[in-house]
Amino acid sequence: MSVLVVAEHDNKNLKSSTLNTISAAKKLSEDIHLLILGNKIEDLAKSSKSIQLVKKVIICDHEKLENQIPEFSSPIITNLAENYTHILAPSSTFGKNLLPRVSAQLDVTQISDIIGIESQDTFIRPIYAGNAISYVQTDQKINLITVRPTSFEKCEEAGGDAAVENITFIDSEVKTTFVSREVSKSDRPELGNARVVVSGGRGLENSDNFKLLYDLADKLNAAVGASRAAVDSGYIGNEYQVGQTGKMVAPELYIAVGISGAIQHLAGMKESKVIVAINKDLEAPIFNIADYGLSSDLFQAIPEIIKELDLLNQIES
Amino acid sequence: MKVLVAVKRVVDYKVQIRVKSDNSGVETQNVKMSVNPPDENAIEEAVKLKEQGLANEIISVSIGDDKSQDVLRTSMAMGIDRSILVKSQNSLEPLAVAKTLKIIIDKEKPDLVLMGKQAIDDDSNQTGQILSALLNWPQGCFISNLKIENNKVFISREIDEGIENLETSLPAVLTCDLRLNTPRFASLPNIMKAKKKPLETIDIDTLGIDTSSKIKTLKVIEPPKRKAGIMVNDVKELVQKLKYEAKVI
Repeated sequence: MSVLVVAEHDNKNLKSSTLNTISAAKKLSEDIHLLILGNKIEDLAKSSKSIQLVKKVIICDHEKLENQIPEFSSPIITNLAENYTHILAPSSTFGKNLLPRVSAQLDVTQISDIIGIESQDTFIRPIYAGNAISYVQTDQKINLITVRPTSFEKCEEAGGDAAVENITFIDSEVKTTFVSREVSKSDRPELGNARVVVSGGRGLENSDNFKLLYDLADKLNAAVGASRAAVDSGYIGNEYQVGQTGKMVAPELYIAVGISGAIQHLAGMKESKVIVAINKDLEAPIFNIADYGLSSDLFQAIPEIIKELDLLNQIES
Repeated sequence: MKVLVAVKRVVDYKVQIRVKSDNSGVETQNVKMSVNPPDENAIEEAVKLKEQGLANEIISVSIGDDKSQDVLRTSMAMGIDRSILVKSQNSLEPLAVAKTLKIIIDKEKPDLVLMGKQAIDDDSNQTGQILSALLNWPQGCFISNLKIENNKVFISREIDEGIENLETSLPAVLTCDLRLNTPRFASLPNIMKAKKKPLETIDIDTLGIDTSSKIKTLKVIEPPKRKAGIMVNDVKELVQKLKYEAKVI
């Protein structure tokens, strides 16, 4: 009974989604192996072996694995599969892109985006943008699973001393070449695991107005998110989109600003602990799921909130 | 170039779905059904490739019961030349869908396969990736931009960190993001014309593949409801509540 977790990383650090996925694996087995496929990942292997829950770190270090092209990485996973009852990857764009190829190569059906584990063979996953929750069971020889990171705690990164095993790269004939990656740099917390998220919708009206949200986010040490409408309108990049076809978030505090609350948006944020909605339209569906609603013009409300937060900070200091 | 588009008939994205009272699934009888939204982007892209003179034939395929003819007719009203319905009474898992599509692709020999990145009913996000692996063709997932020049394919993929740009070649399987394009509305004359376009029907049982479910649905339940919240009067009250009641700031 061993579980293989496929690590999401940038060749230097593990993404936090990997730590969430390891926590999910713990519900299945004590014998958790972490597979890191990448380029120049010696340091990453060293830092990963201290994760207490991980018994073995398996690394495949090759220049062709630098950019996570799934055609290169999937055969390596498939080749290891017979040693495991479960293979888990985060259901980020990384895991979604990769694991179904293993499903094809092993001829088993993958279970996508689980939010809970009932037993070794029974899993809970949302369907219809989270408007229904499905309990599914499988008796396949290998369980291929992608894990929704926000549904599982991050595991401890310290305290362990796992063995490290190097495996050889299996070359594949791949016609795809990496060109470039356009990644926005930000000092704010990562959207997927921030404690506070401040999200903007079409109500922001343009990209310049998003600066208001950035100011508020910086006051709260929050990540910035957006509705699909705001991304489609070009106010902000796709990496900020929260919702059924964007990112899933579940922060302690989610502040929805000028977001009406389409089903597809709610799918991405309704697991947040506290939801605040600020919208001048009192009929907006977002108010139905908000813990605190404020019917107000956001262009007045946001500067006022920033002022109030400053006041609070002054009192405290 | 020949392009094949896979489309799925799903509950319309605007419908607030209901879980069946016996918890066996989601009610799909007597609800509005439509083309899976990102599949519409795939159709639009195929039609654009034809308009640009890059594609000479564009076909659509769906798997489902007779009612799935309507999404194929919609695709033809948008500009698809002809359609194939693989008739199946049961709903198929992504692996079986991909195997079915592979058989059609082996026969039709398209140079490019387009489909939506995920179906909005079961949200699996697998079929394109599986199909690409089964065909051993390059895979491009969640694309928001596509350029084809002399058999070279340039794609932009929407990833969690931003955008990734890749170069690959035909034949390829590409899955489409909603931002790839804006699907056109079918005009009434085109809807009428689409009724006369060829729609071939194939029974899935004649394809000789295992379409049985590998995953059993034990039950489907409603998600936990959120407790009703309150409306605050002003910003001051909001900030006080967040600080002293919810204790999140």
